[in-house]
Amino acid sequence: MTTTQTVSEAPAVSQAKMFKHGVILGLFCLGFGLLLAITDAVTIDDIGARAIEDKQNSLSQVLPDELHDNNPVTDTLSLTNAEGKSLTIFRAKKDGKVTGVAYEIFGTGYAGEIKLMMGIDATGKLLGVRVLAHKETPGLGDKIEAKKGPWIERFTGLSLGNPPLERWKVKKDGGDFDQFAGATITPRGVMAAIRGGLEFFAENQSTLTKAD
Amino acid sequence: MANSDYKTIVKDGLWDNNGVFSMLLGMCPTMAMTTSATNGFGMGLATAVVMAASGLLVAVFRNRITTEVRIPVYILIVAAMVTVVDLGMNAWMHELYKVLGLFIPLIVSNCLPLARLEAFAAKQPPLPAFLDGLFMGLGFTIALTVIGAVREIIGSGTLFADASLLLGPSFKAIELQVLPSSMNVLMMILPPGGFIVTGLLVVGKRLLDLAAGKEIQMAGAHAL
Repeated sequence: MTTTQTVSEAPAVSQAKMFKHGVILGLFCLGFGLLLAITDAVTIDDIGARAIEDKQNSLSQVLPDELHDNNPVTDTLSLTNAEGKSLTIFRAKKDGKVTGVAYEIFGTGYAGEIKLMMGIDATGKLLGVRVLAHKETPGLGDKIEAKKGPWIERFTGLSLGNPPLERWKVKKDGGDFDQFAGATITPRGVMAAIRGGLEFFAENQSTLTKAD
Repeated sequence: MANSDYKTIVKDGLWDNNGVFSMLLGMCPTMAMTTSATNGFGMGLATAVVMAASGLLVAVFRNRITTEVRIPVYILIVAAMVTVVDLGMNAWMHELYKVLGLFIPLIVSNCLPLARLEAFAAKQPPLPAFLDGLFMGLGFTIALTVIGAVREIIGSGTLFADASLLLGPSFKAIELQVLPSSMNVLMMILPPGGFIVTGLLVVGKRLLDLAAGKEIQMAGAHAL
């Protein structure tokens, strides 16, 4: 190519050329950067609204509507869990009193972290658990999703003492809860997450249910 | 441009030079997003939008882009279009975004748009470049939908499951249960199934081309 020749023979020319290419590339970066800034400005409000709607949807499954007259999405509290992770607590309140709380819990599944939302009433009874995100094997581990099977609904109404703590395991480990055919690690991870979530509630019950 | 050239663009994109079945480009989204026909269809459409828009832009600026910096500029344009689609879908097609959102950024790493920009849009006026991007993208959509349909029927026993999430409630009717769930072959929706189905469909397409007496193009030879 001719450019390699000019490099050895006339460095001044090649510098000027390089400058020109640099300017062209820079102008394209500037132009498309502007385009992205405009797109971001146009969509930012809608995207924020969608994120709140998503949160509302997952919360309404674990905090029944009849339990609260406030908006749990915006009535939050920040606490640190046993692993040092900061948790956002969504509070359901009726007549100013806390009737239930919901927060995210995390389990380790077969293919990484499983993120769940857990709702619990003021006495420590589970209102419901829903999977928010996971990477488990489709067709095997994904039965933890509410739309793929009823397994996750089994937990509603249970609490830390019901069944007793040592029975909060899958049947294979000597507990009370079914695993799935071909997938033990996934339900085991979910069980551990729920147990951890219940213990977190027990440790922080007074803070969580305090009506400020 | 003459009408016959436009016909060639359409035929090339949809069949003769199909991005997946002839050129074997864009294998990453092809494998990742064809666990169901609906996912494949949605991913294909998003790719088609990005390809049409970036083809148009590259053709418009083709005399301004110097050879030395063309590759970074192409990548910049594709990445910008992907981000615009990503933000737009998140804001205005949120249900679809929840299904596909994770995979939209993968379009940047799809070599099919880049190959078409380099091979076609860089040398053509805006309209043909736009059409080439659009029809290459639609060909990609057809390929992903077909692969997705085969994997979904054998792997999950359904066809077009969740299509109503993607296309609206009126498409509930095309969600079918084809085979009883006891006959599901899980492997088909796992990664090996993607390779097996894609491979068999590539063979199938070539047999059809042979039967029609067409010359078979070598994978990728036409693209670069």
